[in-house]
This record gives sequence, structure tokens and C-alpha cells, in this order.
Amino acid sequence: MSVTLKINGETRTLDADPESPLLWALRDELGMTGTKFGCGIASCGACTVHWDGVPIRSCQTFVGDLEGAEITTIEGIDSKAATAVQAAWNELDVPQCGYCQSGQIMAATALLAETPKPTDEDIDAAMDGNVCRCATYARIRKAIHLASDKMEA
Amino acid sequence: MLHLLQQPLAAVTPTRRSFLKISAGAVGGLVLAMNLPRSAALAAEGEFIQPFVHIRPDNTVVVISKHFDMGQGTASGLSTLVADELDASWEQVRVEFAPSNPQVYANTLFGVQGTGGSTAMANSFMQYRQAGAAAKAMIVAAAAKEWGVPAGEITVSGGVVSHGSDKSATLGELAGLAANEDVPAEPVLKTPDQWVYIGKSFPRLDVKNKTVGAPKTYTMDFQRDDLLVAVVARSPRFGGKVKSFDAAEAKKVPGVVNVLQIPNGVAVIAKSTWPAIKGRSLLEIEWDDAEAETRSSDAMIADLKDMTTKPGVKVREDGDFDAALEASARVIEAEYDFPFLAHGAMEPLDIAMMFDGETAEFWFASQIPTIDHNVAATVLGIPFEKVKINTLWAGGSFGRRAQADAHPVVEITTLAKAMQAAGMAPAPVKIVWTREDDMAGGYYRPMSAHRLRVGLDEQGNVTAFKYNIAAKSIVKGTPFEAMLMKDGVDHNMTEGAHDTTYAFPLMNMDQSFQETQVPVLWWRSVGHTHTAYVMETMVDRLAKEAGKDPVAYRLEMIKDDPRKVGVLKLAAEKAGWDTPLPEGRHRGVAVHKSFGSYVAEVAEVSFRDDGTVKVEKVTAAVDCGTPINPDNIRAQVEGGIGYGLGAILRNQVTLADGVVEETNFDTYEPLRMSDMPEIEVHIVSSNEAPTGIGEPGTPPIGPAVANAIAAAKGEWATSLPLAKAGLV
Repeated sequence: MSVTLKINGETRTLDADPESPLLWALRDELGMTGTKFGCGIASCGACTVHWDGVPIRSCQTFVGDLEGAEITTIEGIDSKAATAVQAAWNELDVPQCGYCQSGQIMAATALLAETPKPTDEDIDAAMDGNVCRCATYARIRKAIHLASDKMEA
Repeated sequence: MLHLLQQPLAAVTPTRRSFLKISAGAVGGLVLAMNLPRSAALAAEGEFIQPFVHIRPDNTVVVISKHFDMGQGTASGLSTLVADELDASWEQVRVEFAPSNPQVYANTLFGVQGTGGSTAMANSFMQYRQAGAAAKAMIVAAAAKEWGVPAGEITVSGGVVSHGSDKSATLGELAGLAANEDVPAEPVLKTPDQWVYIGKSFPRLDVKNKTVGAPKTYTMDFQRDDLLVAVVARSPRFGGKVKSFDAAEAKKVPGVVNVLQIPNGVAVIAKSTWPAIKGRSLLEIEWDDAEAETRSSDAMIADLKDMTTKPGVKVREDGDFDAALEASARVIEAEYDFPFLAHGAMEPLDIAMMFDGETAEFWFASQIPTIDHNVAATVLGIPFEKVKINTLWAGGSFGRRAQADAHPVVEITTLAKAMQAAGMAPAPVKIVWTREDDMAGGYYRPMSAHRLRVGLDEQGNVTAFKYNIAAKSIVKGTPFEAMLMKDGVDHNMTEGAHDTTYAFPLMNMDQSFQETQVPVLWWRSVGHTHTAYVMETMVDRLAKEAGKDPVAYRLEMIKDDPRKVGVLKLAAEKAGWDTPLPEGRHRGVAVHKSFGSYVAEVAEVSFRDDGTVKVEKVTAAVDCGTPINPDNIRAQVEGGIGYGLGAILRNQVTLADGVVEETNFDTYEPLRMSDMPEIEVHIVSSNEAPTGIGEPGTPPIGPAVANAIAAAKGEWATSLPLAKAGLV
């Protein structure tokens, strides 16, 4: 089956099994490995990408449903929020093993695009689906607040 | 502090341009008395190559990390040591992982190349500083000759080599000439007051790549045009074997290339990951469970508890416990049990290799390359030199990738042989473990049972302490047995207990070994994961029995252990131990030494309306000797606390008739953002040799939280996780 969609602003045609999760199409068919495989059941958020700006789990989003979709991955983020998030992540040395961080950054970017001044409760709600086994949560929280300040500056 | 890293490289001066011409004519490379990781003859012109540092003509300083990096900042830490002694600019420093070569890259505490036990910095501190200092001496010697000036008048700072105000060059410009200089036998190291990076907080080298989803970082990302991806159906019961299988439906999946039986199961080989996963779901396999573990975890725990009632192997024997107990006024008894724990690293296990029939090349996060390398050569039946291991960044490990049996290497090499036997053309292949494969695949923190009997006198002082522990040994029956077991005693299981510095007048400890097919492994902090919990909750209880404050009681009992006293006092002071708490808040404390480092943690908890516990704040104090990068130490303690907290709150791997029940993050629920307490980390300044920091933050958090709960409820949880007591 062939599906045409936009990925990071570029029109792409995916010739893949409609049952294939978007995650594997991105990684294996398009060679975009920034989006990570963590659990395969939408429980960890490592595979988070944006669909029309909304954070979704690409391991539970299927190629067959994506005709005409606009997908943004970690390789393609360049919004004001994304730039601020990445800068804050670097400034605070957030990552440890780093494997979950693409997903964390995609979730944080979507949060800040929607809620530029998030409270701790907003952060809990937006980020609870993104697991970090290195438990960098305290720094992620701090980095989201820092990114928010950067966006304002 | 950051300003140290932001010095721009000096602008190119005419002097340095003319120098470039000279150095371009020099032949790079250096012959060393030891095995080089790659032949000096292969060095690019103008390149300086030593085992631990390469300096390239483009002015890049490449530190060769003999340790892999599973997130603990090891690669950056080792680079710091070289950069400091070499006086490089941090901006010109890159890091690469060393090839497998135990002659050059052994962990000096292990004798083989490998990472673990929080030893990376401890065993590299002198070695990597010496490497940096030697390189600097050679650079300076080369510049002295080139400029015709005394070496003593040359300075190096921020990667710029200078003499007075008229001569200067970059490290890269001098690299080729320096390569011809003699390697100093005993390079002069800086004194601590001369350090420019050590002891300062500065950015890690891997962060940028990890915030942009950079390719080629992790094994999971390994790609080749002709890469095949395999997933393996393994026995649902540990020790089970394939009796028969039907692959007809699996082979119909577009993209599936072949289905082959290997010793460990049935491998579905495809052109990419999804068809392999889908194909595997269509396999029909009959398993032979004749030799498999078929018990449930409840039965295994009952077996362990029974073992603790009987004498075991003597780990510590101070004297006659029964006589001491006889003379005591009363006795306190406690029984603890701990579940299997999965490591649950974010990157599931994975490994890639290419075997052409004569040589093999691997790409994965190899935690113990010497074992992986030997196993690969043995299984493939090729010489050691025909195996090459490329180590990649690990998306976590927490011990999971440090297997004594190198099972991923065994699996992929047996697969490569099966592919060869099936007449398939040689092609690179990657085995991907799904989350379920990873979590249900064993290699757990062992489940364990603990029985304590403590005699007290009339005033509540300890007269005698007896501790029986039962678990499956991580090392018994493995290649590590010879190194880590002495006289039949496995100290990995009892570390943190048998060597306690609590001044008990008499302490005896026995251990018993459970036999099971369930493979067990070190899990961040190993034996301390259970001993710290048992010792620190018991000591809390003993303080109460003696009518004393938990901190004051501990300080009395560890007064001959000054560094432990130091962290306990610091954590108590910073947490405001002696100040009143807000309504509804409760405090607990724990202090523990592991991997040479001392950590005290004060946990502050509250209870939600439904009775579940919320850990609000943790104040930690750590003494890990000379702090190399304080910010990374804080990060490791924060992470160590989070990792331990998730486990004691709600994690357990249980078996039903031998089959794992928790196979993904929906049932093995990890710590999440909303669970994360506020954490403060205070670092003791110290001139002692640096010790571990990857693990020591983990052991105290469980008992600190349990003690805080006990401060509110009067009872210490003895069966983990806390969820079993309705606290989560």
C-alpha cells in the first residue's frame, strides 16, 4: 500500500504495510532514527512525533491511517519552542543515556507551543507519558521552565 | 565556570601559518612499546596517536574512552582528565570508544576491558591524567625543538601552545611533530590547584547529539543498505527449548527473508524490523519445558524464606550468637523479601554484526568487550584478531548489558552460523529485542529473603546481630566466580551488610544459594539494592528500641567511620532534620557506603487522601572523593534516587508457573515525572581518590522512604515493593 503524507514539510510516499506502525516506517523505510523504539504499546513516549502539531505515539499510529497527514519528527523541529527547548536541554545537561530524550523534547515542544508558561501541574500532565529510566525528570522540569523563559526573552 | 570552555581558539597568526607548512611535511605517527589500537603506520599525516588520546591536524583532540557510556557521563569524565592535563580547550575535545583490546584498555580493577561497579573514574583517574600529561610533554618538547627555545619557557593554555608573545601554535599544528617525541615514562601531573576542568561543572560531550536525534548513536539506530533485522522467539519459560515449530504463516509476511532455528529459539529474519516482529507473531511453536523453571515466584520466595531459617555458608562469624542472645534482655526479629527486578533500560537489548565466514565485525554497546570478544571468536571458530567490536552509546543499561555469558553475542553468532548453514549470502544482521523480549527475558536483580535476629540489653543496646540471606548468586557458576567468590562466599550478595561499620558487638551472617533457571544479574548497586534497605530500616527500628533519634543513634554507632559521619551530618543539616515539619510531612533518613562512596539521604513524605505515599523531597549528601564534575555527580545522584525510588514503590517481576507476568511498562510501571521528588544534592569537598557515582545514589532511597513512612505509621515495610502494602 502506498500512502502520501508530509514529513518535516516534505511530501513523502510510504510504500509500506498499512499495519506497520509509523515508528518503523520512519526508522527503517526513511532512515530517520531520531524517533526511538521504547515499548511499542504507547506506554513510554520514546517514539513521540507531532501530527498537525499534536504529540502522538508513533508506535501506535499506523501507516494506513496517515494519508495526507503532516508529521514532524525530532529531525524536523525548528519552531521557536523547539529551539528554546533544545537550548535549555543543552544548558542544563538534561540527557544521561539520552535514548528517551527525542520523545521528551517532542512532548515538551508541543506543551510550550500550546502553553507558553506552564505550571508544574501542566508539566506533570503533559510529560507523564514520557518515561526516562535515568530519571532526568527534575532537569526536564527545570529545562521546560527555562525554555519558557527563553521564549519570552 | 562555563567561561573556561568558551575561550575562542586564538586567531591564526602568520607565525602559525608558516608553522603549518613545516608540520605538513612531518610524518605523523608514533611507535609505542605497547599494542596500539590501530597501527601507527595508518596514522594520517600530522596526526598524534597514543592509546588514550589522538590529536588530529584539524586541531581535534580525540579522547579514546576504554569504557562504554550507558548515560553516566563516563566518556565525558575521562575526556576531562585528558583535557585538563593536556590543557586542551574543551571545545576541541571529542570522544570515541576504544576498540576491544584488553592489553591496552583493561579496567585496571577487573583485569579485562569492561565497565561496571562504578569503577570507570576510580580506575582511570591516574591513567587518563598521565595520558594527557604525556601528550602535553611531547607537544611541548616538539615546540621547543621547532622554535629553538627551552621547553620550560613554553606554556599551554586553552589548546594554544605559546612561547612569549611571538610564537604560538595549536595542538593540532604540533601533533605530527609531537608524535616523533619520546613518550615520557613518568609525566609530571598537575597539582589540584592547577586543574582547569577537574572539579568544575561543565557540559557533557554527548548532550548535543542526544537532543537532536542524531543518527548512528545507539545500536538500535545501526543501519546498512543490506541490513537484515531479526527478532527471536524465545522460550516463555526459563530453560525451555524448542520442540517443534511451524513458520509457514510467518514466511508469508512481505519482507520476511527466512525463519531459522537457533539454540535459543526461532529467529525471524526480515528486511526491516516491522516484518520481523509481525512474522514472529505468526509463528507456531511447541516448547519443551522438561528442564525449565516452572515454579511461581510466590513458591520461590517461600523456598528462599525457608532457606533463611537454616544455617548457610558463613559470610561473617564474630562469635557465638546463641550465647550472646541467651545473655540478652530481649530479641528483635524481622523477615524481609525482595522481588526480581528488570533493568528496563529505555533502549531494549540489541546487537548488530557482519560475518563473512572469516572475519566478524560487531556494532553494539559492549559493556564487557573482553568477554564479548572471546565468546564471539569461540562460537564462530575464528581467531581473536578476526573479531572487531565497535562500541556504540548505550540507551541505558543499569547492569543489563554486563552479562557474564554474553548471551546477545551467543545469540547473534549462532544466528550468523545458522544463516551461513542455510546458504544465505553474508549480510549484516541486527537482533532487536522488543520491550517484552527484554523485560520477560530474565537477567533480573535476584529475588531474595532475609532473616534478622538482634539481641538487645535492658537499655536497648545491641548485644548480637544475626543476618541470614538467601538468593540466587549472580556470580556462582559464571566466569566471574573465580574473581568474585572466595572460599565459597559470594560477597556481591552480602555487600553493604557483612562489611557494615555499625559497631555491633557481635555480628554473624550466613548466606544460602537458590538454584533456578531464571538468570540473574547485577542491577544498579547490586547487593546494596537489598542490604541497604534491610540494614537501614533495621537500624531505624533499633534507634526506636533504644529511644534515640535516628540520626543521633546512627552517629553513635558509626563514630569510627568519619566519612559516613560526614555525609550523614551534612544531609541532616541541609534537610533541617532538627526543625519541625509542616503538618502531614514525615522524614526518614538512611546512610550507606557503596562502591567506595558515601551517600546519606533524607526523604520527606506525605500521604494522599487514599493513603498512598508521595515522596516530596530528598536531600542527599555525597562523598565520592575528589569530585571530577560536580554537576554530573548531582545528575547521577538525582538519577540514582529516581531509579531506586521507582523500584521500591511499585516494581516487581513475578512468575506464574514459570512465565513472566510483567512484560512491558504498563505492568512494570516506571517512575514518572509526577512521581519525581524535589532533590537536593550536596557534595563533600575532598582530596581523596575519586570513587564511584553511577550507583551509590540508589541504595539509600528505599530505606529513607520506608523510614519516613515508619515515622508516620510506626511500621517498616518488609516485603517490597511498597505497592504490596497498599502504599502506592
